[in-house]
Amino acid sequence: MPAISLAKAPQPASTNPAQIRNFCIIAHIDHGKSTLADRMLGITEVVDARNMRAQYLDRMDIERERGITIKSQAVRLPWRSGIDGQEYILNMIDTPGHVDFTYEVSRSLAACEGAVLLVDCAQGIEAQTLANLYLAMENNLTIIPVLNKIDLPNAQPEKFAAELARLIGCQPEDCLRVSGKTGDGVAELLDQIVTQIPAPVGDPNAPARALIFDSVYDSYRGVITYVRVVDGHLSPREQIQMFSTGVRHEALEVGVISPEPVAGKGLGVGEVGYLITGVKDVRQSRVGDTITTYNNPTKSPLSGYKDPKPMVFSGLFPLDGADFPILRDALDKLQLNDAALVYEPESSAALGFGFRCGFLGLLHMEIVRERLEREHKLNLISTAPNVVYNVVMEDGKEIRVTNPSEFPDGKVTTVMEPIVKSTILAPSEYIGTIMELCQDRRGILLGMDYISEDRVEIRYELPLAEIVFDFFDQLKSRTKGYASLDYEEKGDAEGLLVKVDILLQGEAVDAFSAIVHRDKAYSYGVMMTGKLRELIPRQQFEVPIQAAIGTRIIARESIRAVRKDVLAKCYGGDITRKRKLLEKQKEGKKRMKMVGRVEVPQEAFVAALATDADIEKIKAARRASQ
Amino acid sequence: MTLSFYVHIPYCIKRCGYCDFNTYTPSELQDGATLEIVSNDYIDAVLKELETTPTDEVPTIFFGGGTPSLLPAHDLGRVISTIKARNGLAPDCEITLEANPDSITAEKLAQYLEVGFNRISFGMQSAKPHVLAVLDRTHNPANVEKSVSLARAAGFKSISVDLIYGTPGESLADWQETVQAALALDIDHISAYALIIETGTKLAAQIKRGDLAMPDDDLMADMYLLVDQLCEANGMTWYEISNWSKPGHECSHNIAYMRHINWWGLGPGAHSHIDGKRFWNVKHPTAYKNKVFAGESPIAESENLTAEQKIDESILLGIRRRQGLLIELLLPHQLELLASYRENGFVELVAGRVVLTPTGRLIADQIVREITI
Repeated sequence: MPAISLAKAPQPASTNPAQIRNFCIIAHIDHGKSTLADRMLGITEVVDARNMRAQYLDRMDIERERGITIKSQAVRLPWRSGIDGQEYILNMIDTPGHVDFTYEVSRSLAACEGAVLLVDCAQGIEAQTLANLYLAMENNLTIIPVLNKIDLPNAQPEKFAAELARLIGCQPEDCLRVSGKTGDGVAELLDQIVTQIPAPVGDPNAPARALIFDSVYDSYRGVITYVRVVDGHLSPREQIQMFSTGVRHEALEVGVISPEPVAGKGLGVGEVGYLITGVKDVRQSRVGDTITTYNNPTKSPLSGYKDPKPMVFSGLFPLDGADFPILRDALDKLQLNDAALVYEPESSAALGFGFRCGFLGLLHMEIVRERLEREHKLNLISTAPNVVYNVVMEDGKEIRVTNPSEFPDGKVTTVMEPIVKSTILAPSEYIGTIMELCQDRRGILLGMDYISEDRVEIRYELPLAEIVFDFFDQLKSRTKGYASLDYEEKGDAEGLLVKVDILLQGEAVDAFSAIVHRDKAYSYGVMMTGKLRELIPRQQFEVPIQAAIGTRIIARESIRAVRKDVLAKCYGGDITRKRKLLEKQKEGKKRMKMVGRVEVPQEAFVAALATDADIEKIKAARRASQ
Repeated sequence: MTLSFYVHIPYCIKRCGYCDFNTYTPSELQDGATLEIVSNDYIDAVLKELETTPTDEVPTIFFGGGTPSLLPAHDLGRVISTIKARNGLAPDCEITLEANPDSITAEKLAQYLEVGFNRISFGMQSAKPHVLAVLDRTHNPANVEKSVSLARAAGFKSISVDLIYGTPGESLADWQETVQAALALDIDHISAYALIIETGTKLAAQIKRGDLAMPDDDLMADMYLLVDQLCEANGMTWYEISNWSKPGHECSHNIAYMRHINWWGLGPGAHSHIDGKRFWNVKHPTAYKNKVFAGESPIAESENLTAEQKIDESILLGIRRRQGLLIELLLPHQLELLASYRENGFVELVAGRVVLTPTGRLIADQIVREITI
């Protein structure tokens, strides 16, 4: 085997850049990236068979279960090339696979000279992979096209080799064929990485410049910062400085991951590793920032640093109001490891106390919510997600709106909303239904190309607000799951947007206000008033439920007054039963919310906001508590 | 103190589709015995339980079920005579028999009077065959009229019929015919109960499958107002949410349940209330018999009411009666909570008591929740 034992391999801080190859793997969820990575760990013998486990590099349970990699990592793999017999150090930088983390992906790519484009040869390339591929090409990375899962009975390597060749401009026979599952072709792939991907180039004598491509909070060690050294050298016990903030820290430990952290003497040009400074919050060590040394700082940072910007906002509320402090602590903890997560307390008449949270996108939102629920045993309800609006008033005042309740009442001149450029890849038979969906969501067709005989790439400009509202679910259900979606920000555009309030006996119920397109205000109003009519129990008096834009009522339902609420029969044996029911209702009363004079069980509000998945979760929780 | 008795007869020829009461057909009990043997044996068990009860004088005895009229009069009579011998009966002691109009003959009626019954209540439910069919009742509507006349002729002082409204498929007009048919009978008392779809019944399964529609609450409310109006117009006054009678024919036993006085339920699953303690027997007749014959107590569970529970019960039971709730029983904030119900015509204040109006009776449980929670 062309593996080299770690002790004999070139050592960190003294590895010649010419022996280094930095690469990442671009792949869609399910296309077998983690399995291929496992195989590479095995074949280079950095993990022995005894300690191997599936998806070795994915730290969090949630990643392993959902088969997605949220946080990238870098693993140092020693390898003796089967072609020239020389020793090399391969740094595999694992990248997140989702559109929400495009910025993190771009930083991972910036840390590499090459990328393995990994495509499941039973499924073909997906929209997000395509987006990341374009990103890699823009970064001038060398692309090695690889077809995975060649062992599958329904593999179509010829078809997808042609597809990849067309996309990256190579010959179909240039596509490598591997099976992460069986290990077939993996050694050849490592050899090709050595041959095709250029070695890193940098000035060892220049002031140090290292790119932060990931930053992870560890409860024992504090923040672990993953870096790629471009110029100079990083050493332990040295004073380092973050370029964007100028903050100085001591590098307590500098090391490499192989695949467990190994502290070392430092990192030189082209090397990839980690450093620990003792900071406790990833926001002090931001992805994309440049690390330099305090004594000999660089004057020119590496390009591309951006602050993560939340794109999607939603209110998160504990189902049990008593859990609010737990939610607050949980968010504080999560933020240590998630620089993109922002939140502030929010109070809702309908849902009690919670937090308005900002996320990079829908997946980010789902992951945060799932982690809160799983790791902190919280039962949460979220309000419908919305985007950020810039509202310009008649007097020229501009208001940033991240919550429908902040939408101003006065004279509004224009409302600007974020627009994205989306790419959808799907079998061509679904073109019609996809266009119909995009058209319905205020999309503007930008173009369409066949990427193979029966698969198309459709490009639409869409308001982000339309995407955050069940677009992806709709797309999947209309295409039997075959379509994939990617999008990127494309600035703001004016939208004919209005705020629809839902009024219960004349009082607005905050959790149901929504900013929607003027043409959809009516259907939103009808949907919401209808839903609440079904869910809110009848009261002593008739309760009107209205949907309104400002003072104009656009939809109306009413909950008729209750006329019968009595158990007719009351024999001797019924008395205990009746009293116990009353005692139970006393308990239930505590969970009632008052909207004016209207008494609404919190469950009704929750059910009105809940998605089908939420309802299942609530039911399961109830079953468990019985 | 006095002691009222309820005697549970847990047998029916056939189980009705809506019924979740503690009753069994002889075949369900699977002991292969005829009804006569079962009856004799069962009454022995009841008499054995009776030995454990207090010996206060008895103002009312109520035989319910099940179908008490299935059992031979002399068996039921053994219970009455034993109570009479050990407790003594009040001079105007009310002794009621629940009867199925199908199993009534002049001869049987004479026997029931002979052993001490003076009040009879027939399960009429509806005058409309299609409604009876949904309820799975076996009787022929014509038998009700016949039974009532026979009972009157035999000499029963007080005759009642039970009605059910809100059966799937029953219209307001159907219900009107039923109430009018009942009022045309020579009766002194009507009980009218809204149908409750109890889980586990055949009817519940039919509704779940979609074969029948769930009764509509608004229609049931109209049905209640209709029966109330027709009864009142025919000299029958309400005295409890679901009961109307001619003056002096209120069911004293029924009223006993609404008051914190002592009553003992004999038989499987029967509930008792003695001095602020509620308890109830094991449910299955066989388990009940086994316990009693083994000399063990048949009580399955009991609860001692706390002061708060007693107050809750006084409110939830008291408000069901025409005499209403004494204002003194309510705290000032509770009276305040009643203000909007008063404004909207659901309750009235009559001679220092809170009394429900007809529309208020329909939301009695909501009003109780409002003031007790």
